[in-house]
Amino acid sequence: MYAFLWRHIPGPVYVKVLVAATAVALIVVLLFGWVFPWVEPLMPFSGNTVSQ
Amino acid sequence: MWAERARLATRTVGEILITLGVTLFLFCAYQLFYTNVVADDAMRAEVSDLHKQWAVQTPAPRTAVPKTPGPFDSADSQGRAGAAFAILHIPRLGDKSIPVVEGTSLDLLSRGVGHYKDSVRPGRVGNFAVAGHRKTHGEPFRYLDEMRAGDLIVVETADTWYTYRTDRDPFIVDPTDLAVVAPVPDHPGRKPTQALITLTTCNPWWASTERMIVTGTLVAQQPRSKGTPPALTVNAPKFQ
Repeated sequence: MYAFLWRHIPGPVYVKVLVAATAVALIVVLLFGWVFPWVEPLMPFSGNTVSQ
Repeated sequence: MWAERARLATRTVGEILITLGVTLFLFCAYQLFYTNVVADDAMRAEVSDLHKQWAVQTPAPRTAVPKTPGPFDSADSQGRAGAAFAILHIPRLGDKSIPVVEGTSLDLLSRGVGHYKDSVRPGRVGNFAVAGHRKTHGEPFRYLDEMRAGDLIVVETADTWYTYRTDRDPFIVDPTDLAVVAPVPDHPGRKPTQALITLTTCNPWWASTERMIVTGTLVAQQPRSKGTPPALTVNAPKFQ
């Protein structure tokens, strides 16, 4: 999978590294900013209030 | 030929599993560190906003004409949802100033501790009940189990400092035990005669199978103009 992706990033190696690093950074930002906050309430360790 | 395919398939599955592992690791980092960083920032901002707000606005005198309450607007449930209106100080847990916001939904609890909407405002007769995170999102009540009977809890509002004293060590109830936040705890419906405070949080760490409760009674109050109350200036016992 990663070999396949790597082959399909155009340009010389340093451009490939740059593109890959940017993509990873983007994915991490997406995860921390949107995906994890969305998943979090589904996890069992955040109920605080006394309620029904 | 099929050996080549099998190798490719195995490698792909392996890479997907590694990716999942890394993602789970990142989720742990998010829960353990990132939510605290964000919440600590938000809480500091709330506290400094409140202080600025209180410094500008000269608090209305207590005897001012009371706003005529609407049919659903009891003295107990005024205030905009989400707005911070008080600051909690618990000497036993350190010098942290914890903003109290109106409402207890999960998104609000990442900016402070949440005031149960149907409970009274600080200092009033009845039960001033707040919920806070035990873990993650700033974890204001992380060490609530270290509270001891007799510890003081100070609530700072626009015009007054309220000091409560805890009546007993922290105790555990079921998550469905709403009676702990009733005006008279354990006796919902009874008319309150005392000004109480109730802090609720999750127990144990990382789970929400139980609730840990700390209760206290109002023992002193003084206007802001009189300066910090003695509870915050004496060297109170710390747990650490």
